[in-house]
Amino acid sequence: MVSPILQLTNISKSFGHVQANKNINLTINKGTIHGIIGENGAGKSTLMSIVYGLYQADSGTIKVNEKEIKLKSPRDSIENGIGMVHQHFMLVENFTVLENIVLGFEGEVVFGKNLEKAKIDLKNLCETYNLNVDLDSVISDLSVGFRQRVEILKSLYRGAEVFILDEPTGVLTPQEVDELFKILRSLKEEGKTIVLITHKLNEIMDLTSEVSVMRQGEIVGHTKTETTNREKLAEMMVGRSVLLRINKSKTKRGDVAFRVENLTVKDDLDVTRVKNINLEIHAGEILGLAGVTGNGQTELLEALSGIRKVESGEIFLNGEKISDSSELLNPRELKEKGLAHIPEDRQRMGLVTDFKASENLIFGYHDQEPYSKSSIMNENKILDYSKRVMEEYDVRPRSPHLMTSNFSGGNQQKLILSRELNENPKILLIGQPTRGVDIGAIEFIHQRLIDMRDKGAAILLVSVELEEILSLSDRIAVMFDGMIVGERVNEDVTDRELGLLMAGVA
Amino acid sequence: MSSAVDKSKVPWWVSNLIVPLVNLTLALLVSALFIFIAGENPYQAIKLIIYGSFGYIEGFAYTLYYTTNFIFTGLAFAVAFHCRLFNIGGEGQAYLGGLGVFLVAINFSFLPVPIVWILSIAGAFIFGAAWAFIPAYLQAKRGSHIVITTIMFNFIASSLMVYLLVDVIRDMKQMGPHTVALPKELWLPNFKDFAALFGIKIRYSPLNASFLLAIAASFFVWFLVWKTKWGYEMRAVGHNTQAAIYAGISPYKNIIIAMLISGGLAGLLSINEILGVHHKIVSGFPAGYGFTGIAVALMGRNHPIGIFPAAFLFGILYQGGSEVTFDMPNITRYMFVAVQGVIILFSGALENLFRPQIESFFVNRLNTKVKA
Repeated sequence: MVSPILQLTNISKSFGHVQANKNINLTINKGTIHGIIGENGAGKSTLMSIVYGLYQADSGTIKVNEKEIKLKSPRDSIENGIGMVHQHFMLVENFTVLENIVLGFEGEVVFGKNLEKAKIDLKNLCETYNLNVDLDSVISDLSVGFRQRVEILKSLYRGAEVFILDEPTGVLTPQEVDELFKILRSLKEEGKTIVLITHKLNEIMDLTSEVSVMRQGEIVGHTKTETTNREKLAEMMVGRSVLLRINKSKTKRGDVAFRVENLTVKDDLDVTRVKNINLEIHAGEILGLAGVTGNGQTELLEALSGIRKVESGEIFLNGEKISDSSELLNPRELKEKGLAHIPEDRQRMGLVTDFKASENLIFGYHDQEPYSKSSIMNENKILDYSKRVMEEYDVRPRSPHLMTSNFSGGNQQKLILSRELNENPKILLIGQPTRGVDIGAIEFIHQRLIDMRDKGAAILLVSVELEEILSLSDRIAVMFDGMIVGERVNEDVTDRELGLLMAGVA
Repeated sequence: MSSAVDKSKVPWWVSNLIVPLVNLTLALLVSALFIFIAGENPYQAIKLIIYGSFGYIEGFAYTLYYTTNFIFTGLAFAVAFHCRLFNIGGEGQAYLGGLGVFLVAINFSFLPVPIVWILSIAGAFIFGAAWAFIPAYLQAKRGSHIVITTIMFNFIASSLMVYLLVDVIRDMKQMGPHTVALPKELWLPNFKDFAALFGIKIRYSPLNASFLLAIAASFFVWFLVWKTKWGYEMRAVGHNTQAAIYAGISPYKNIIIAMLISGGLAGLLSINEILGVHHKIVSGFPAGYGFTGIAVALMGRNHPIGIFPAAFLFGILYQGGSEVTFDMPNITRYMFVAVQGVIILFSGALENLFRPQIESFFVNRLNTKVKA
């Protein structure tokens, strides 16, 4: 029997002039996995924050188990059986799992009986849902995947019947994603209801039974997952048809533009993360570097872009030696030589979020003309340039004076992309180019990369998304445990072969 | 997260004018309570403060004299803070700046006076900057925390200057720990002389031409922080060091530059005190201005446009406060230290006490206006 557990009627919410949610009607049935999909800024997170009591709707009603309720704070939602796993976890780093879960629900001043009971209850929950979490480990020792499980366990312990997961896979490795999906399925089998917010089509197709699509604050469609497909969903999200696979011509390979010889790099903890790597990238070619997160890709990118010290080995740019262990080349000098770097963790490394958009658009190029002359910034020039690239890359809103932190995640990414690509670099190092970017923008970014390649740039593409590597690269190298374990020409390789290489078994 | 105020929707005048004014009013109310408990009439006290700082021309001049000092130390703190360095060493840097002024002025007194002044300003700046350099270097290269080192350097500066004033550069014909006076022609023009030019006769006050230097310094800081490459890089390092490294901006270099400028600005305080007022180094002349400068900068949101009114406010408190202690026997000098403390508390530590409420109040009001 299908019965609704959560019903939203005519929910509207606006922030100032921006209408984040417009007359949302949504019914979520008990015991299902319900997907909510939409681009960044479509209003998914706002809607779920309303359901979780973080925001109050301007109008509309919420019913839980067909009873109308008022949600004034997360506490109300928890009492009504709604739990939320946030994109950024709400955990106290130096507390144990157990301490985090009972936080606010201790029920006693001196820990004793209640805590022991909680421990037993939690152990049972862990077993039922295969969570496999050690209650006594400290959060800071846990991987991201396990921290997420702690959040799920926390909601379970507080009696949640409905679980809202906000972009749960954004921070996970592919294996962790599989584990998470297993857990979600077992939750569903036990009769729990799951609301999955995502912008990834694969996840919707894999996991959900029903899906609602949001666009610009409105729900533009509800459908059973089995009656739809990725293309149709993408079209609904973006409002036009989208190329999921890029059209690209065969490459016109030029000379070797970038060469790495016997490169070894250590991380901050003095662990060798890149082990004696050799790479060559030709002009007019995209070399895809595949691999599971944490196999040294980050350290490699940082060393190649002059951020991290090279332990041994040499790097050549158009035949000129630019770096070895004796000195660290300044990233700015590398930029002048035509090397651009789009870092993996863009918000943390690529931007100063407390800067205006225009200030970030010249970040790293700020001491070049025309942006500054004899150390004095030329604001008019910076502003003209900012307006132009914001137009060209469709950054929204187009306000160069707005603080960067006020842009959505996807638009912050566009700021960085436009900054680095606009310089027409000869060599581009790019890490996870589409992480956290919505579908419409992915198409745009991929097209840009192909255009740059066609203009003769040498591109090193590091990505954990195998599909992205396959659709863009001319050659593919696989990194495992700090080494290149295989190199293939794109046309001759299968997903399976790459998967085995990535797992280090081939 | 539960406060749903969207920061981008808050008008600038709410966060930069209304909120500080509310905090200030609260601080004054609490101070009034102190005065009441001490057995005096708060209303009378406030009247006295206003009369003392505005009521007659010499009083107003005193207010501006104090303001001058607070502008220098406030700017000093603000510059370092833009690079996220908490420079508590303004006191010591100002003290050493005094040594610079005196040594330059006494050794170059044979040069034309305006040139001696310019060299003295350079001397104050360089000595103040040099005193800030060591903590800056330790922070940049060794990671020693700037708060600890600058505070220690205040003590070292104090001891060093006492040693110099007692044993090395003391006016040997005197008993007190101070140097000989500088030649009279090197003294900066006093406000009294200025008024006399227009035929207005007033009594002496310590206000002198340094006030103009303070205004110039405010422009300099504004230009440096927001209009130059150096300011841009300092702010980038301050907000996100990792991103700065990515962009090829050296955190080491910028920490040192920011601290040098900060120390130099603190050093300029001694232009006011030594070239303008005492005309010699007297022991302990920075008198806590360095510390109050921290509050001035925080209250002024580290922007010269905010630092000026904040410095002026503290000028009023200093001058009006001394007037009150003169007329009201139950109120001691320390009472006014407490009043300052309350203002610092409300505008610094408790700065966010009412901010969310006030901001959401205005945001909601504006929204309803838009809809209507």
